[in-house]
Amino acid sequence: MFHWLEKHPFFFAVGVFVTIAFAGLVEILPNFAQASRPVIGTAPYSTLELAGRHVYIKNSCNACHSQLVRPFKSETDRYGHYSLSGEYAYDRPFLWGSKRTGPDLMRVGNYRTTDWHENHMKDPASVVPGSIMPAYKWMFANKADIDTAFAEQLTVAQYFSVPYNEPVPMRDGSKKIVKMGASIAEANELALQEAKLIAADMRDQDVKDAVARGEIPEIVALIAYMNSLK
Amino acid sequence: MENRPLEYDYTVAKMFMFTTIVLGIVGMLIGVILAFQLAFPGVNLILGEGLAEYTNFSRLRPLHTDAVIFGFTLSGVFATWYYVGQRVLKVSMAESKFLMTLGKIHFWLYLVVVTAAVVSLFAGVTSSKEYAEFEWPIDIGVVVVWVIWGMGLFGLIGIRREKSLYISIWYYIATFLGIAMLYLFNNMAIPTMLGASAAGESGIGAWYHSVSMYAGTNDALVQWWYGHNAVAFGFTVPIVAMIYYFLPKESGQAIYSYKLSLLSFWGLMFVYLWAGGHHLLYSTVPDWMQTMGSIFSIILILPSWGSAINMLLTMKGEWQQVAASPLIKFMILASTFYMFSTLEGPIQAIKSVNAIAHFTDWIVGHVHDGVLGWVGFMIMAALYHMAPRVFKREIYSKSLMVAQFWIQTLGVVLYFTSMWIAGITQGMMWRAHDEFGNLAYSFIDTVTVLHPYYTIRGIGGLLYLVGFLMFAYNIYKTMSARPVEERELQNASPMGA
Repeated sequence: MFHWLEKHPFFFAVGVFVTIAFAGLVEILPNFAQASRPVIGTAPYSTLELAGRHVYIKNSCNACHSQLVRPFKSETDRYGHYSLSGEYAYDRPFLWGSKRTGPDLMRVGNYRTTDWHENHMKDPASVVPGSIMPAYKWMFANKADIDTAFAEQLTVAQYFSVPYNEPVPMRDGSKKIVKMGASIAEANELALQEAKLIAADMRDQDVKDAVARGEIPEIVALIAYMNSLK
Repeated sequence: MENRPLEYDYTVAKMFMFTTIVLGIVGMLIGVILAFQLAFPGVNLILGEGLAEYTNFSRLRPLHTDAVIFGFTLSGVFATWYYVGQRVLKVSMAESKFLMTLGKIHFWLYLVVVTAAVVSLFAGVTSSKEYAEFEWPIDIGVVVVWVIWGMGLFGLIGIRREKSLYISIWYYIATFLGIAMLYLFNNMAIPTMLGASAAGESGIGAWYHSVSMYAGTNDALVQWWYGHNAVAFGFTVPIVAMIYYFLPKESGQAIYSYKLSLLSFWGLMFVYLWAGGHHLLYSTVPDWMQTMGSIFSIILILPSWGSAINMLLTMKGEWQQVAASPLIKFMILASTFYMFSTLEGPIQAIKSVNAIAHFTDWIVGHVHDGVLGWVGFMIMAALYHMAPRVFKREIYSKSLMVAQFWIQTLGVVLYFTSMWIAGITQGMMWRAHDEFGNLAYSFIDTVTVLHPYYTIRGIGGLLYLVGFLMFAYNIYKTMSARPVEERELQNASPMGA
């Protein structure tokens, strides 16, 4: 059979393809059939949080920070409850990372604050002596891309039925509604309202002035995203 | 018809040899910079505060991996294909104007896509998925380049004189099919401009932005099915194709066992794809998939070692060649590192070992003993074998080759030993508890302790880069300084003193 295949490239290629495609069919498809559903307490990202997530991706934060708490005592002691599949239901793409040069960030919103992040992103070693993380000063000057975040919200609401403007059950029994703007102007207004709350806790005068002018620096969006990780 | 060997046309092979060397230097240089940034964070400001956004670790890291994978390695794969393909199929590119044109288009389009990829990664345009960072416009470019290569590949097979496909051709076909399948499925995404326009808004935000078709755990599963097998079909399969051609050719020895090549090939094809789950141990993907990933990783030792042993036994009775020829040295060390790396990987895939190794530098060490020791050495050996034949000149300097060999070997050894120690140290410190059951170390303790190992790793990487520059210089001098030879040698490459 093999001698015959080696003289017939078409059938050889078909044979190879079937052999390599087999594992994917068996391993990947069943999990898709029961696609991950959100757990109670997991809500979609707001416009500003999503813009912050884009800043996180743009700067490849995931190259050094994981977002996956494994079920070991040492990890739950350090980072909090181990990760559940449903907590990632709105993560497109997933940001688990593959390397912890820095600590896990899955639940960083539980134990770090806005001003901690502000100081840390400006000069990491001043907050964590010995840190080898570089400073991200340009995030205080660059403007966050709210429009793209809004376009992504529209896309996921349209194609993946992500529940914006709908009540989502929270862990304490309450309902939360994550609002999505009906127009681009409204989306920017919603993001700015959220940004003002963050900027109020920040010390950088340039950032405060920018938000007062109606602009949103990247750092504000990033902190909104960091604070949402719980 | 005259009784003389066929003449082959190496135009396209030469073009890809050029990008192999240039992109190799770029990728490795960025790698060395990254290594020193981890040891000395001040290096993040290497071009000053103003350009910090473009020179800091996180922005450069995808550039390093992609330059080495899609630049250096893929160029090497293409360069050797356009050389090996003609010779084992016994047909010249010059015989078909169509295939020749296709080959040239393949090269120039590849160069355009590489340039676009570099610019976009510097700008921070990335999907975040490892080795699949490119956004959809570049993905489409990648697919077009790949299809053109496939057309050329099957076109050449279509007009072949030698009816039986040599082992190397099996592996090139598998490379083409494997990457095509993986790349397409992993990069499935919806451009956000489509979603926005469906909702009655148009022209919002970045036109190149897209959102993954898969969410969370599913996304991770597809990504690591891709990520692991991009290594399989980019770093293993085509490199095996090379060694199956270049080692017998250079040594004048026949492949040790045809049956072993059969077992290794089909075994590798079947087993490799299952093993992706070992990147997701203790994550939220279903348990049975994690276990399958572990088990198949262990089974993977069989076909991997099958190829490597087949290579080593090909040298049976001819071991004096390892001492005499630096080119044979490169290839024997490559297959040794292949054995080493394909044993180390399965060990890391055992769940209890992975609990310590995952997220640490040991994984980084594993990748690099594979890529520096196996992929890098084999591609350089292939180019050294090709150079005298495509340029019809002796290799410029044999002693430079020997020096390069030892410098780079030392570099690789420093690299993986320091990363072993760093990885296991960090993994153990993360999980250490004191007598009261509290964590023994804060996270920063586990970072500062790595400084000496990061420094050693940087030096190891630097040595490898120096060796690569010696390689580039040697090839350059071969092209320019040596007199043209009359005829081509069949086996061992001619070398200067």
